[in-house]
Amino acid sequence: MTPAPTPETAEVGAPPPPPSKKPAPTLDSKGPQRYKTLGTWLLFILLLVACFIRIDANILDLFSQGARDNMSRILGEMLRPDWSYASHIWKPMIETVQIAIVGTVIGSVLAVPVALLSATNVIPKKIVTIPVRMVLNLVRTVPDLLFAAIFVAVFGIGAFAGMLALVFFSFGLVAKLTYEAIEAIDPGPLEAMTAVGANKIQLIVFGVIPQALPYFFSYVLYTFEVNVRAAAVLGFVGAGGIGLHLDQQLNSLRYDRASTIILLTLVIVLLIDYASTYLRRKLL
Amino acid sequence: MNQTLPSKTRGPIIRNWLIGAALIVLFIWALSGLHFEGIQEYGAQVMGSIWEGFTHPDWGYVYMPEGEDLLRNLLETLVISILGTFISAFLCIPFAFWASANMSRIRAVSASGKFVLTVIRVFPEIIMAILFIVAVGPGAFAGVLALGVHSIGMLAKLYSETIEAVDEGPREALLACGASKMQVLRFAILPQVIPQFLSYALYRFEINIRSATVLGLVGAGGIGTPLIFALQTRDWSRVGIILLGIVILVIIIDLISGWLRRRII
Repeated sequence: MTPAPTPETAEVGAPPPPPSKKPAPTLDSKGPQRYKTLGTWLLFILLLVACFIRIDANILDLFSQGARDNMSRILGEMLRPDWSYASHIWKPMIETVQIAIVGTVIGSVLAVPVALLSATNVIPKKIVTIPVRMVLNLVRTVPDLLFAAIFVAVFGIGAFAGMLALVFFSFGLVAKLTYEAIEAIDPGPLEAMTAVGANKIQLIVFGVIPQALPYFFSYVLYTFEVNVRAAAVLGFVGAGGIGLHLDQQLNSLRYDRASTIILLTLVIVLLIDYASTYLRRKLL
Repeated sequence: MNQTLPSKTRGPIIRNWLIGAALIVLFIWALSGLHFEGIQEYGAQVMGSIWEGFTHPDWGYVYMPEGEDLLRNLLETLVISILGTFISAFLCIPFAFWASANMSRIRAVSASGKFVLTVIRVFPEIIMAILFIVAVGPGAFAGVLALGVHSIGMLAKLYSETIEAVDEGPREALLACGASKMQVLRFAILPQVIPQFLSYALYRFEINIRSATVLGLVGAGGIGTPLIFALQTRDWSRVGIILLGIVILVIIIDLISGWLRRRII
């Protein structure tokens, strides 16, 4: 009953997990193959049952009287947003976007040298690339809200902690995407430059950067989209932005105001998503 | 040739400089808008004690016989993400068919489906977790429901893209020999999309295990709850061991899931 159960799903070869009751025999299904399929199914169902027992969840809880009352009350209040409150939240909303911008820019700038260091066609030494990539993987295992919670504990409540969290998060994401793009560039120009005696710096400036730059900008924009969404909830752990106000309104059970905040955040996020998608399409 | 080159490229160069200047102005505006007065002046001291805690993790917390230890909380986190992924992999199938352009003749149907999915996707899971906590009380179940509903947005989008990319041949062949709609679905569409569906569900599982670690910050079960307590009490050695546990759990899950995905496709 430790993390062990997951490998059992390893046998999930072809059959789908939930939809059909039983894998129907196809023309080429042979005996042993079928037993394997059935075994996979049993293991998968056992795993799910074990999970449900472990968290002690009762699906019926969701449909109990209390839950239904709560749900309908919340939804009822949320469907009538308090628009007069909208004028109060423009400032934190702008702050949210600002946190996202600063976090994305600083994180992406820091990511450039690291991406170059971990691309094997720029630095062909495994001694350099493998440790750098390991650090990158470590950074990417920590979710942005965890970073935020830690930085709030270190630097106190406020936008600075949120910005730092996004710096780390964007750094991991942009560096990984960019080094993969760098490794996929056309090796022709690099070989030509090496042949005429270019040094490493010249190679990077005139060979790598012109090819990788559009991808880099595209990833920065993508990271910015992710960061705007992240910045909207950073406030829940005290790291500034609109989340702080949302948390307050939810705690004081003002669901009408919370709904205003959520709707406005959705609008901002969608607008930024569309603008960013448009720009990315023009870039590539 | 040297003379013609600049005049050709001057336009884009000026444009690039303008874009660069605009970006710098944007950055300065954003930076000036943030108020950093909240920074604690004893940050260096805190950093020292954090380093102390991280280099001396609280190993005693890993396993405690009476309960509420690291392993049990990590297991709960894992269980939350397994169940959340399972529920969304189930629930998103109708959404995926709704949003795929080749499954309906009317364009508005799939367009509306895509819009609904976008809205679900941008609705943060933390907020969903808080709403479900109000409904079913704090604990792992609220986390499962939050992940299950939130993941629909991304999974159904990926699923619908897979459905849109299916080979039309088998479908037309079955229609030509008089198969019903359900038979077409069962024998022409599903066999083509299911490996990809499983692969995407596993990918989402990798994302969900990361989300499940933060759900506890708002009280929706998992490792986040002891972490936020340890952070609030400045118990850095415990924070250190919890972070170590999260990192190891995420790396193990990534490895297993990556291996499974390579086997499926």
